[in-house]
Amino acid sequence: MTETTTPDAPADIAPVEAADGTARMNMIQAINSALEVMMERDPNVIVMGEDVGFFGGVFRATAGLQAKFGKTRVFDTPITECGIIGVAVGMGAYGLRPVPEIQFADYIYPALDQLVSEAARLRYRSGGEFIAPMTVRSPFGGGIFGGQTHSQSPEGIFTHVSGIKTIIPSTPYDAKGLLIAAIEDNDPVLFFEPKRIYNGPFDGHWDRPAKNWSQHPAGAVPQGYYRIDIGKAHIVRPGEALTILAYGTMVHVCQAVIEEAGIDAEIIDLRTLVPLDIATIEASVRKTGRCMIVHEATRTSGFGAELSALVQERCFYHLEAPIERVTGFDTPYPHSLEWAYFPGPVRIGEALKKIMKDA
Amino acid sequence: MAGDPVRPNLQPLTLHVPEPKFRPGDAVDFTEVTLPPAGEVRRPDTADRADGFIDLAYELIRVLDDSGQAVGPWNPRLSPETLRAMLRAMALTRAFDERMFRAQRQGKTSFYMKCTGEEAVAVAAAFALDYEDMCFPSYRQQGLLVARGWSLVDMMNQIYSNKGDRLQGKQLPIMYSVREAGFFSISGNLATQYPQAVGWAMASAAKGDTRIAATWCGEGSTAEGDFHSACTFASVYRAPVILNVVNNQWAISSFSGFAGAEATTFAARAVGYGIAGLRVDGNDALAVYAATAWAAERARTNHGPTLIEHFTYRVEGHSTSDDPLQYRSAGEATAWPLGDPVKRLKDHLIAIGEWDEERHAAQDVEVAEEVKAAQKEAERNGILGHGLHQPLDTLFDGVFEEMPWHLREQQAQMLAEEAASGRPWARK
Repeated sequence: MTETTTPDAPADIAPVEAADGTARMNMIQAINSALEVMMERDPNVIVMGEDVGFFGGVFRATAGLQAKFGKTRVFDTPITECGIIGVAVGMGAYGLRPVPEIQFADYIYPALDQLVSEAARLRYRSGGEFIAPMTVRSPFGGGIFGGQTHSQSPEGIFTHVSGIKTIIPSTPYDAKGLLIAAIEDNDPVLFFEPKRIYNGPFDGHWDRPAKNWSQHPAGAVPQGYYRIDIGKAHIVRPGEALTILAYGTMVHVCQAVIEEAGIDAEIIDLRTLVPLDIATIEASVRKTGRCMIVHEATRTSGFGAELSALVQERCFYHLEAPIERVTGFDTPYPHSLEWAYFPGPVRIGEALKKIMKDA
Repeated sequence: MAGDPVRPNLQPLTLHVPEPKFRPGDAVDFTEVTLPPAGEVRRPDTADRADGFIDLAYELIRVLDDSGQAVGPWNPRLSPETLRAMLRAMALTRAFDERMFRAQRQGKTSFYMKCTGEEAVAVAAAFALDYEDMCFPSYRQQGLLVARGWSLVDMMNQIYSNKGDRLQGKQLPIMYSVREAGFFSISGNLATQYPQAVGWAMASAAKGDTRIAATWCGEGSTAEGDFHSACTFASVYRAPVILNVVNNQWAISSFSGFAGAEATTFAARAVGYGIAGLRVDGNDALAVYAATAWAAERARTNHGPTLIEHFTYRVEGHSTSDDPLQYRSAGEATAWPLGDPVKRLKDHLIAIGEWDEERHAAQDVEVAEEVKAAQKEAERNGILGHGLHQPLDTLFDGVFEEMPWHLREQQAQMLAEEAASGRPWARK
């Protein structure tokens, strides 16, 4: 697998502490903190993956862990994603809680059989005799000029599979609490980390100066243990005009767009795709009568299609306009043209006009 | 243009597509199969570096000679009691296979797979391993469970998907899972168990445990990426694991040449990974025992993994779903130069004065009766041919530890369908 440079990689992993027990963290630091907290609490938690050991990961998410917990709990692996996940299944069956890293979600496909046919089905096929608790961390999504092999959002491939949970955090606070919950979960969890917002929330305007997490409320992260339950969405912004369903990077882009447009939208950060917090979605769409779904992944058979179907099935008589899907295009993720692919403020703005036309 | 030579002055390329020696109707002649005499292959120390005995990946470790004597440095010198116990486990495995194959033909279940001719591969390995060691089998190592004394009734309950099935009817027949007997859930997807066994072994080592892992796949499955991922991991971390390749010559209808056997041995796969590689006569229970015990000692003393190729022959079809007469010569099984593993161990026990034909005949009757009695008991729990034996709503159990809303909704939908349809799935 090829390497890429990462934008604004944090030079120092140590978070900035505050008096209230929280610290200012970016998402990498929050993930690092979650791993450290869980490794301290549970000797069965181990971390493995390509470059995660001595080096601490290409995004530095595992920095310092090997020095603290030793090489038998934090180690580099051969470059075989099939092997990494297959080995993690065996470790889970033994009684460990492996947290394997797949360096980029774009490289997860060699592990597909071990995830889909093995990890996801072991509990079911063995009548509960064996389980494969594991949290597969993987940076995903574009917006960093990573080209087609460092930018994809393959979550829809996994939400289609029975027996696997899919989590996508959008803030440092959520990332830590959700990662801790994932590691404690007894089912396999895919934990996709939106790498564009590792260092700061992104408003979708790629040509404006990048922000960091230091000013964002969710950049204040408790230093110890806490968990955010899997399967619970977060209403980022209550509103009456329409419901926007988003996750990961797109939560921040949507927030910026509706603020600029002055629309009173309710933005729901799904946080977990499977199991989905359908109750929060239903209540919101029944209230607003309009639903827009935004994701960066390709459109056809994307998770937005599932969301659209669910909202139509459950809220049809409350809908005042057709559901809008705003997504990436059905192309490979382009390199130089990535901002033409990305569902940014223009595409979201056009969809907003359409869905609000008769309001 | 396709078919038009672009450079007619050069020799055209040709594509080699392997072809087995014998097809249906062909007379079988296995004289080309090289069989070194028993007892000739050296036995290195279990602590030796793997590159010090690369030749063993191309040899064939054999202990039982043609007169039924155990000879050479690999002779495990087992007690007559152990030899008789191994013989009985192999005979019981064969009797079990015969009965269950027939049960499938009688419509009592949907599927079965026999291991006829390969009994020694699993049974002798089970005797050489500790009971606490973890096995990650493929679908033809039922001999592990039989040798570990696991309940035949429990195995049959799984085959029948009946109300005694520990897997609640969720898995294809013979895809057992028996945690208590150190027998990992069989997948059905090929070689996926290989990296899992390595992961289990790595976990055991990381925890300072003393247990090792063993895994099995067919020679055809060595082509899967999982096999190579597993070998890399096993080598890199010196995992305490035994990687068994059961070379039974056939992967359904594809002969071993489609996995690379025309070019080299399967044990030779170990050489490139720097793993200890042994090639053994898989129809020689003593050779299988000796190689497994050697590999187990190597693993237990932190000298890492061993890949063992068991050279054997699949006497029956792949499963109840194929007819081997359609793709290979009917004469192969009887002409196989390494004989029948059950008969060879029996002959050895007779040769050393610890067994006789009468006792063997009596044992055959006895194991057949044991299987028959087990079948009768298992069938009291029901058979697949008589409909379903699990409550319908269990279909949704075990997808996740806790059932999320979307599965609860689908479960309710299914129960409503059942009520509306007059219960066509109910057992007869």
